[in-house]
Amino acid sequence: MSAPPAGGPVAGAESAEALAVPATGGGANDLAIRAGQCGIGIALLLAWHFASGRLIDPFYISAPLAVASKLWTWAADGTLWLAFSYTFQAMILGFVVGSLAGFAVGFALGRSDVLARLFDPYITAIYCMPKIALAPLLILWFGIGIESKVAMAALIVFFLVFLNTFSGVRDVNPLYLQVTAIMGASPLQQLRHVVFPSAAAWVLTGLKVSVPYALIGAVVGELISSNRGIGFLIGQASGLFDTAGVFAGLAVLAVTGIVLNAGLKKLENRLLRWRGQR
Amino acid sequence: MIEIKGAAKTFRTGARVTAALEPIDLAIADGEFVSFIGPSGCGKSTLLNMIAGIIAPSSGAIVHDGRTVAGANTATGYMTQQDSLLPWRTAAANIALPLALRRTPPAAIDARVAQMLALVGLANFGGHFPAELSGGMKKRVALAQILAYDPPTLLMDEPFGALDAQLKLIMQGELMRIWENAGKTIVFVTHDLAEAITLSDRVAVFSSRPGRIKAVETIDLPRPRDPLRIQFEPAYRAVHQRLWDLLAPEIEASRAEAFA
Ligand SMILES: Nc1ncnc2c1ncn2[C@@H]1O[C@H](COP(=O)(O)OP(=O)(O)OP(=O)(O)O)[C@@H](O)[C@H]1O
Ligand SMILES: [Mg+2]
Repeated sequence: MSAPPAGGPVAGAESAEALAVPATGGGANDLAIRAGQCGIGIALLLAWHFASGRLIDPFYISAPLAVASKLWTWAADGTLWLAFSYTFQAMILGFVVGSLAGFAVGFALGRSDVLARLFDPYITAIYCMPKIALAPLLILWFGIGIESKVAMAALIVFFLVFLNTFSGVRDVNPLYLQVTAIMGASPLQQLRHVVFPSAAAWVLTGLKVSVPYALIGAVVGELISSNRGIGFLIGQASGLFDTAGVFAGLAVLAVTGIVLNAGLKKLENRLLRWRGQR
Repeated sequence: MIEIKGAAKTFRTGARVTAALEPIDLAIADGEFVSFIGPSGCGKSTLLNMIAGIIAPSSGAIVHDGRTVAGANTATGYMTQQDSLLPWRTAAANIALPLALRRTPPAAIDARVAQMLALVGLANFGGHFPAELSGGMKKRVALAQILAYDPPTLLMDEPFGALDAQLKLIMQGELMRIWENAGKTIVFVTHDLAEAITLSDRVAVFSSRPGRIKAVETIDLPRPRDPLRIQFEPAYRAVHQRLWDLLAPEIEASRAEAFA
């Protein structure tokens, strides 16, 4: 019981300090933040645990232990792995297809003023449309198998990566192109040494923000129509008024998101080290 | 030889028309050190950009070694007024870039980069990214970069403006030494009259905008010159006085226009 109050304020004080002094290593600070983060998680779980059945009917919010036992059951009988691998597969395929296509098209349009101007209104139109609304159409086209989930994820990812690549390629500082030309760079060398590295920050951002969207795309596809995957598990549990099942599905999605995001952040920090300390 | 033949520049951005430079005529001989000095906005950078082939003259032409400049002038090394180091390359990698573009063998690149870093006093900073360098350090890396590939002509736009007074004098001495040994042609833009006199064979004084060359003065102070002491010599004083009398009215005119 004493962990959360002790952990919270300490982390707060430490983080204020971390802001004041742009930490160059901050091992101790990092540790305190981690502890604080765990503290908050434990506090929330405890609050949930004690609220359930006392303040709020477990029918609506279930309870942490019930969710854990549900997860355990799913894990034990293989349901969890089957559903997860199905969703994960759809997500990764969608991510790969969408980001490759988005990069290619974004690059082509970004390099050509004429193409960019020709397609501009259409890009804006599609950009403004909520892609989720296309899910029924995609199911009509691709059926209720994995293809429609891949398509859903790919479509969302495509636009995010496309727009970022497009902006990144257009954003190249003309000064860099000029000075490299004077140094004798060929257009191909400029592409390699200036345009790609300059756009990389944008493209990486596009990739990073699109990972959770790929997950969303796949799960939405499953929620609307499917007989497999985490989205299906959630939908099915909800149909059976099994709140613990719904929360168990959500927990799996949340953890997947956190792990993917952490990995991408690491990658980004490695590739964009040149931005220096902020 | 750089021949500026009636080169003029008018910028048109939408409805706005800016006459930056009136027709300029000037010939810069091989191995000569020429400085441009004049009030802010008089078109010094514009003229340098035209020599570098980054922008085309609105009329007239620039002829470099017998060829009319059209497109990037690869016979020059250009140290631009704004920082042009690629932020995603370390100092060493930036210096290596022009060599890599020429497909120089890696071992030769490494040796040259180390030599250049030492030359500008940054031997320990090769692994730093531009974001991790001070303004003056970035300028020194940029200098090392254009010296690394040994172009016959150097265009330098206020290269030492960001340096502190002492370092500036040291770098001036370094640049003169390099210039005297390598026989390069240098076109140098500066706000600093003392710097122009210390370094140059000739100084071109620009009028306020639209810029024209008001006068070209030959600086016949003996070489080698010592940037740390030259300013105390009577001959220097006389030259300074002469040029200041040419420059001061232009600075006043440009101030009068700006704050009218
Ligand atoms: N790309 C551009 N588009 C429009 N106007 C420009 C452009 N570049 C320069 N100018 C204008 O041309 C004039 C000359 O600019 P330039 O940069 O050559 O001045 P400068 O002599 O180098 O000044 P400073 O000493 O402040 O660097 C200025 O009035 C500027 O506003
Ligand atoms: Mg300028």
